[in-house]
Amino acid sequence: MISQHFPILQVVLPLIAAPVIILLRNGRAAWLLATTVSWVSLIIALALLEQVSAGGVISYAIGSWPPPWGIEYRIDQVNAFLLVLVSLIAAVVSVYSRASVDAELPREQHYLFYAMFALCLAGLLGIAATGDAFNLFVFLEISSLSSYVLIALGRDRRALMAAYQYLVMGTIGATFYIIGVGLLYLMTGTLNMADMAHRLSGVAEVKPVLAALAFITVGICLKLALFPLHLWLPNAYAYAPSAVTAFLAATATKVSVYVLLRFYFSVFGASAIFLALPMGQILLVLSLAAMFIASTVAIFQSDIKRMFAYSSVAQIGYITLGISFDSATGLTAGIVHLFNHALTKGALFMLLGCFALRLGRVSFSDIGGIARVMPVTAFGIVLGGLSLIGVPGTVGFVSKWYLVLAALESGQWWIALAIVLSSLLAVVYVWRFVEVAYFHQPDAKLAKLKEARLEMLVPAWLMIAACIYFGLDAELTVSGAAQAAATLLQGVR
Amino acid sequence: MTIAGHIAGYFTYWATIFVAMAGLYIVIARGNLIKKLVGLGIFQTSVYLLYVAPGKLIGGTAPIVAPEFQVYSNPLPHVLILTAIVVGVATLALGLALVVRIREAYGSIEEDEILDQDEPPVSPDTASRQA
Repeated sequence: MISQHFPILQVVLPLIAAPVIILLRNGRAAWLLATTVSWVSLIIALALLEQVSAGGVISYAIGSWPPPWGIEYRIDQVNAFLLVLVSLIAAVVSVYSRASVDAELPREQHYLFYAMFALCLAGLLGIAATGDAFNLFVFLEISSLSSYVLIALGRDRRALMAAYQYLVMGTIGATFYIIGVGLLYLMTGTLNMADMAHRLSGVAEVKPVLAALAFITVGICLKLALFPLHLWLPNAYAYAPSAVTAFLAATATKVSVYVLLRFYFSVFGASAIFLALPMGQILLVLSLAAMFIASTVAIFQSDIKRMFAYSSVAQIGYITLGISFDSATGLTAGIVHLFNHALTKGALFMLLGCFALRLGRVSFSDIGGIARVMPVTAFGIVLGGLSLIGVPGTVGFVSKWYLVLAALESGQWWIALAIVLSSLLAVVYVWRFVEVAYFHQPDAKLAKLKEARLEMLVPAWLMIAACIYFGLDAELTVSGAAQAAATLLQGVR
Repeated sequence: MTIAGHIAGYFTYWATIFVAMAGLYIVIARGNLIKKLVGLGIFQTSVYLLYVAPGKLIGGTAPIVAPEFQVYSNPLPHVLILTAIVVGVATLALGLALVVRIREAYGSIEEDEILDQDEPPVSPDTASRQA
């Protein structure tokens, strides 16, 4: 049965697609293959989610080498949820990318773009699927190296410097991670995460384990752009091609959050981290700092892509805030926001790409009155912005509702207040867009523009529609996140 | 244990820490993009040492079962590090390729000079690239 091999096919199909695309050397064929692979990945991910909810954890031994000796792919509620998220975003962005890439990249680079896109997808799916700590590092580097290339493809020369800075910081992060894994390997003699968790409880010497925890935390937080380690993110998102920004903003940081969750809850165990160590407090402080400082910085940006990039840093703060509560509700809130924010930001960056298609770049000085010439795009951004704020009826509200519930449940009402206050900062920067786009007169150059192409608007609006749909009917996402949280809280499997 | 004994006993770890910090220092302190990449390479090299050194047992042989050998070295770290070396080479190659492109676009590989060039909102060169 082929469905037995879904865990590996999920990763291998995009991985094989990448060199095939390079051999094709044709932009159209490359796009077609990348899109097909993304949609097939989505179907496989949905099938895996179905299998996991019906039959529990799937363990797949690569090459039939039984774990813990061979590499094990282990799919449970948490990563099945994440696989669906990543492949869903990839599928939607791949449809969108054709028109966007046509406009933003020179023709001879098209097939290379799709090769890197497939490689990045393979890396991200691999991180999510694998149950082996070293294998995770390899996939982390596959996805990172391909995303450096994707960012460097941006039209602005500053994209090169952004990619370089991301390369340096990303490599430091990955190296920190691998140092942590090395220390764990020295103490336990295994690289399989489930086996590692089992053996860690028998390790008498705790200092190397604590050092490993510190290295892995810092390394992964660099990757997920937790507040003081976010410096690579704004430039990378602002200068990358639009399709790349939409894809990376919605997936790369989210997958890193998953790695953090996996190590905290499945390897080290929640009790070791939150009871014995002040990790909860550290995460809480950094999350609050991200929510307020990054949102404030976002208000003063002149480039709209950069503004939403800073908003991403703030939104990641909400996700880690959920994790820091160390409760079922908090974790559910974090995971549901992970999904919701991916939808919202993916949609927003895709719509900004529609502006970029007509304007070349998207700073506030260029888009005065643009809502009159590109009403569909502008209205989509307003709806996405409402979701960032957390207005009822959008997914942002669902996330914030659960975050506030978790804060009240832990008895810290002032955090609930902080969540509401920081949302007001989002009101300011979203209003700034509304004011410029709707209440300014379009100048002569702008008035000649047309609405963006349909093949870009439809995928972007699908995501916006999903933002509204899952905002009104949160049953599916919240129950999925709650099951994932319950799986994580069972701890050491 | 005396400090000297401590250093001798954990020599490979001290060497690892020294190499890692030297590499990280270069990455942070140097403004030259190539030198930064060299520092990054040195930093990554420290990990190779961290993995490979504990895998070696003095007097141990390759893990081939034979009656005259009882002590075996662990081969797995070497295999892992082979992968990590490949990753390191790929990172360095990509980094150097980016530096080549950066030099073409800015005419410099000094970080401060490059950032100075982008200080004004839109430099004429950027505008022409966008047109």
